[in-house]
Amino acid sequence: MALYSEKVMDHFRNPRNVGVIEDANGVGEVGNPVCGDIMKIYLKIDDDEAKTVSDVKFETFGCGSAIASSSMATELIKGRPLSEVLTLTNKAVTEALDGLPAHKLHCSVLAEEAIKLAVKDYYDRMGIPYDASEFPSEEDEQGGHCMA
Amino acid sequence: MIYADNAATTRMSRAAIDAMVTCMNENYGNPSSLYEYGQKAKELLEDARARVAACLGCQPAEVTFTSGGSEADNQAIITAAHLGARKGKKHIISTAFEHHAVLHTLDKLKKEEGFEVTLLDVHSSGLITPGQVEEAIRDDTCLVTVMYANNEIGTIQPIPEIGAVCRGRGVLFHTDAVQAAGHIHINMTEQNIDMLSLSAHKFHGPKGVGVLCAKKGIRLESLISGGAQERGKRAGTENLPGILGLAAALEEACGSIDTYTEKMTALRDRLIDGLDRIPYGELNGDREHRLPGNVNFCFEGIEGESLLLLLDDKGICASSGSACTSGSLDPSHVLLAIGRPHEVAHGSLRLSLGEDFTEEDVDYIIKSVEDVVTYLRGMSPFWRDLTVGKRPHVFAE
Repeated sequence: MALYSEKVMDHFRNPRNVGVIEDANGVGEVGNPVCGDIMKIYLKIDDDEAKTVSDVKFETFGCGSAIASSSMATELIKGRPLSEVLTLTNKAVTEALDGLPAHKLHCSVLAEEAIKLAVKDYYDRMGIPYDASEFPSEEDEQGGHCMA
Repeated sequence: MIYADNAATTRMSRAAIDAMVTCMNENYGNPSSLYEYGQKAKELLEDARARVAACLGCQPAEVTFTSGGSEADNQAIITAAHLGARKGKKHIISTAFEHHAVLHTLDKLKKEEGFEVTLLDVHSSGLITPGQVEEAIRDDTCLVTVMYANNEIGTIQPIPEIGAVCRGRGVLFHTDAVQAAGHIHINMTEQNIDMLSLSAHKFHGPKGVGVLCAKKGIRLESLISGGAQERGKRAGTENLPGILGLAAALEEACGSIDTYTEKMTALRDRLIDGLDRIPYGELNGDREHRLPGNVNFCFEGIEGESLLLLLDDKGICASSGSACTSGSLDPSHVLLAIGRPHEVAHGSLRLSLGEDFTEEDVDYIIKSVEDVVTYLRGMSPFWRDLTVGKRPHVFAE
């Protein structure tokens, strides 16, 4: 049996939305090089009523499932209103990938957290108030312990 | 497919397969049986033992067949530890970058039986010196165990010199020669080795069979209770087909070491030179004192598992010391032992070449690794940080 599902391999081999948005208005980064994975999410959020994520890009340093999780997560939030983006869970990312090996589940957690941090960054930039307890803290994410 | 993972396991040789098939077809007797059919199996077993001994520079009676390298390592260490303990000697010296078959056995002796273990620091070249061993030996040292060649970075230790130090101080010396046997010249007598472990599948023999050689006078402690096979040192009906496959493979490998070394060294060096051109990458381990087929690099800004998956897509089988490939939190203990920082150790690649390699294969690997590293760096925020100076480079360009 292969290590990864066909979906994971597809998103790993042909990752969607790779790159940088130069004029992003929300950027989130999680992980650190010591642990062997870093995900960075760039959001372009429109100024419409729904705050639609009109564009999203990612950069990832990490294993196959980290790259696939980033790719899938960006696909799940692209074109979605912010209210929906905030309900994205790592479980949804994992399910959309037809599952991940148990020791790779943290990759989907990183994807969820990178997106949440990008939204938080957007709120900060726009001066929109939010409940900080609903977001991961950047300190935890970048200086924290490695997950497996 | 280009199989560049010969340090993990090798393709069985024709000679080894033939020896096994012939045995399975023609002699399924039990070497312990009295009748002639069984005694014929016994003859084959003892003939294999003599041939193995001839390859390793020891006596046939000093050869014990095991289930592989791990069992041999366990048995050698436990034997020496218990022989030492009887004389009140409970200190063992080893190195930080041994195989886990050695490290975990030592851990167990430490935790469960109160042994003290000194793990020698490994130089950034991937080598230790006889002087380090000399300095670490105490009055209560009962064993020094140092691997002949490292399984990840291929560095060859100064085994005869370390053996001489041990002999001079009256301490037993064991070497895990799993990566070395059949690849470089070994002679236990000339190289001052008291105990040596090897595994057949690393030199084109079958899996599940290995050898522990122990010089006369070292009474091996049996790990498996049962019958009196292997002169009481290893119970259980002998794996005769495996043992005959091992002997055939070892004889063949040892008989062609010089031509093998010449061919493999040239291919290895071509591969090292090619990969060395990739910026911000570095060879792991000394270039000279290294197994003829081993190449191991670290590349900044990328992670090893994704590198392996993309090389697999290009038909190249390789391995990595990244944490992700092992499912653990930490990258390879070997790369950490030679001082590679975590972030660099995650981006490692081991290529272990085989006899069937050509220069074209090597060039294809170089091109493929170059392409994949460049591609992965292109999507790596870590690499971006390195290129804009937000994080410091570890390697020179």
